[in-house]
Amino acid sequence: MDQTLSIATERLLTPAGLNEASLEDVFTRLMGPSIDAADLYFQASRHETWVLEDGLIKQGSHSIDQGVGVRAVSGEKTGFAYSDEIMLPALMEATGAARAIARSGGSGRIQAWQRGSGLNLYRSDNPLDAMADADKVDLLRRVDAEARRQDRRVEQVMVSLSGLQDIVLVADNEGRLSADVRPLVRLNVSVLAEQNGRRENGSAGGGGRHGYTFFFDEERALGYAREAVRLALVNLEAVAAPAGTMQVVLGPGWPGILLHEAVGHGLEGDFNRKGTSAFSGRMGERVASEYCTVVDDGTVPGRRGSLNVDDEGVATECTVLIENGRLAGYMQDRMNARLMGMQPTGNGRRESFAHLPMPRMTNTYMLAGPHDPAEIIRSVDQGIYAVNFGGGQVDITSGRFVFSASEAYLIENGRVTRPVKGATLIGNGPEVLKQVSMVGHDLELDSGIGVCGKEGQSVPVGVGQPTLKVDALTVGGTEA
Amino acid sequence: MTTPTVARNAGLPTQDELVRIVEQVLEEARRMGATSAEAAVNVGTGLSVQVRRGEVETLEHERDRALGVGVYFGHRQGTASSSDFSADSVRETVAAACSIARYTSEDPAHGLADPDHLARDIPDLDLDHPWALTVDEAIERALTCEAAALDTDARISNSEGAGVSTSRSLRVYGTSHGFLGSTVGTQHGMNCVVIAGEGADMQRDYWYTVAREAGALETPEAVGRRAAERAVRRLGSRQAHTGRMPVLYVPEAARGLIGHFLGAVRGSNLYRHASFLLDHLGEQVFPAHVTMTEYPHLPRALGSAPFDNEGVATAERVLVDGGVLRGYVLDSYSARKLGLTTTGNAGGVHNLTVAPGVLDFDGLLRDMGRGLVVTELMGQGANPVTGDYSRGAAGFLVENGQLADPVAEITVAGNLRDMFRNLRAVGTDMDTRGSVRTGSLLLDDVVVAGQ
Repeated sequence: MDQTLSIATERLLTPAGLNEASLEDVFTRLMGPSIDAADLYFQASRHETWVLEDGLIKQGSHSIDQGVGVRAVSGEKTGFAYSDEIMLPALMEATGAARAIARSGGSGRIQAWQRGSGLNLYRSDNPLDAMADADKVDLLRRVDAEARRQDRRVEQVMVSLSGLQDIVLVADNEGRLSADVRPLVRLNVSVLAEQNGRRENGSAGGGGRHGYTFFFDEERALGYAREAVRLALVNLEAVAAPAGTMQVVLGPGWPGILLHEAVGHGLEGDFNRKGTSAFSGRMGERVASEYCTVVDDGTVPGRRGSLNVDDEGVATECTVLIENGRLAGYMQDRMNARLMGMQPTGNGRRESFAHLPMPRMTNTYMLAGPHDPAEIIRSVDQGIYAVNFGGGQVDITSGRFVFSASEAYLIENGRVTRPVKGATLIGNGPEVLKQVSMVGHDLELDSGIGVCGKEGQSVPVGVGQPTLKVDALTVGGTEA
Repeated sequence: MTTPTVARNAGLPTQDELVRIVEQVLEEARRMGATSAEAAVNVGTGLSVQVRRGEVETLEHERDRALGVGVYFGHRQGTASSSDFSADSVRETVAAACSIARYTSEDPAHGLADPDHLARDIPDLDLDHPWALTVDEAIERALTCEAAALDTDARISNSEGAGVSTSRSLRVYGTSHGFLGSTVGTQHGMNCVVIAGEGADMQRDYWYTVAREAGALETPEAVGRRAAERAVRRLGSRQAHTGRMPVLYVPEAARGLIGHFLGAVRGSNLYRHASFLLDHLGEQVFPAHVTMTEYPHLPRALGSAPFDNEGVATAERVLVDGGVLRGYVLDSYSARKLGLTTTGNAGGVHNLTVAPGVLDFDGLLRDMGRGLVVTELMGQGANPVTGDYSRGAAGFLVENGQLADPVAEITVAGNLRDMFRNLRAVGTDMDTRGSVRTGSLLLDDVVVAGQ
């Protein structure tokens, strides 16, 4: 942690001639009697993307972003301004704008800085520098070749590789000073297969808070290529999906997007403070079957959704959201925790210095249950087995959520039979987990591909779950 | 409350300053040996306020800037971007782009736009209407908007608040083959989100208004009332029964359907063969009553632009005529990949307009008789390769040509190719709040899944 703080200080404050004394001056200007909390969020990020398409290294791009966000909070009011110049005059100007939220007068002073200690879930090396560009491009070519050699029906292959290093430093009015140096890599393969004029796509990928060598371990990158081809070929055989309400078995891992949409968003502190969530005021109530225990865990080493400290400098935690079917906890940032008289849970996140933090998920998953996955399939007469998904969405007020299957099969008489075309599944958050009648012992986390959007801000997240059976879920196929 | 007015809103750099940065990039790229180069500089300022339950919730001052650089060494491309405009950063950004171009492939489709297509006379489209809105005035409007929503109906139980925003942005784009153009524009908006009902039957809905000039916005009262009416009428929603039926998409939902069509005729999907409308040029894709036209030069419209992101002149053109597909949506790269010429759509379409039919919304309901109105869609369930479509939806049943019970937790599904052919009518109720302008769309034979 001392190391991350010194990396962040050197990168963010020193070049601008800023130090602890100048930050104290900023807070002196920012604080007033009606300001409850204030923080400065310094950030510098470097991002690169490489794209292979049609056998060509089509694109490479590199970007540098940096800036500082200034926030002043008074009760439920927030004043916010930011600047992409990290310099004292710009910082003071932003401070003046942010504190306009509250009446002027009075003063506050930082007593002493306390250097916060966070977790140590990933290395602070910059993934962009740790591998030569020639090797990155070579990786893309090898993935392309691996996909093409799987099957002659593979017509198009697109591979993208991206890496990010994000350095953040948070200083707040109570004198807390925290930093994090966050790597994030991602590789994605998308293929198009053609057979008798019919075309289908398949995509696969993964990543996490690692360097690019993550993709060489256990031949991960080549594995994504094989998986993408497998999905495209399965979809070439897919028949129309049924329409209506039926039993649905969800596979392990990425189908945990169900939890993210159905219960995760509805348990974020801001919606519950405002009483706008379908879960508002229901703490302790039964919202799921007894087999369901759901957590949000920002502490899993190397995971895409993990953070040493959140964007308010709070160390992440494993927060129990649903325990044996009962609503057990919310995810909180500092502001909502204070207003609700609770503790922050390390879920205060923001897309960048130009965005306000709010309660967000990290890695959200359901713990393993008692059932054998094969037994779960055998228990279904007529239904759907959905193992891969695209995106999802939720209306947290009504509790309605959707998620779209990209690989699914019919279950007939206890056996998985034909693949069916992708279909959207729709349900109601506070009700759907009550319908979970079996939970497998095969908990998996996803491969590291999730992006969560909320109020226009995107952040990387993870999901996971064991195989589980939902007794009634509406499947949006075309076979009415 | 006293809210000092902040002078930050004044501060956009001048056009001349941005032009100098573009020139610096092009010069630096030349010095580093690039065959050709392009640079785009975007800067913006904005103010937004959000109120909730009669109190200010957030006050945000926005100031954004971005520099994008593209360099070409023959047909090898490299790109880089930065938010730092200092001379050192400009040099580093160009160097990063040049370094990347060492590793990308020779691709004959890469390069600047063909000089013949560049915009020469740049029309003034009247897009810049700064709004001298003080923080206090913005708060006042948002409070009025939310109060109107809360007063509309006793069943409004909670609020997610009302927001007012104003922004202004300036863009300069220049190339090493002599193009230099700039655009400046404003966008102002207001929105309101409220909740009706309590407990297990809470329903949320919204309304918003957006325009280039403040005078063209709906009034705060109108926005608030509309949001409240929309939330209240959803109370008591239940699932519909599974079956095939005609479905009427209101304009906000219809825009998404047109978006799926545009995705299928976009060059990047066509050259990758990732489109269900591959090789459909000259073919009947919609019924004969459907016409779609792009109008890039409409004064004050949200989707207007004198040139696209590559400096290519935009012009009015028909994309669908009598239901027949007459063109694609191309930039220079995808056009070269397809052996065609760019259509001036680098960055997207400009005021793509579905020509209205003869019936208004109520007329369409009567024409439908019995079926479903979709007012909201959820999720991303449209496959651009196959056209398979399945999305979450909410709306109303229609009986005897009139709106009946609200429905939710249903899906609408089909294949987009069939759905487009089954487009019975386009309404006259055109929604102009975006780059795609359409009225309601009435489709026959859509599969609805529910109970």
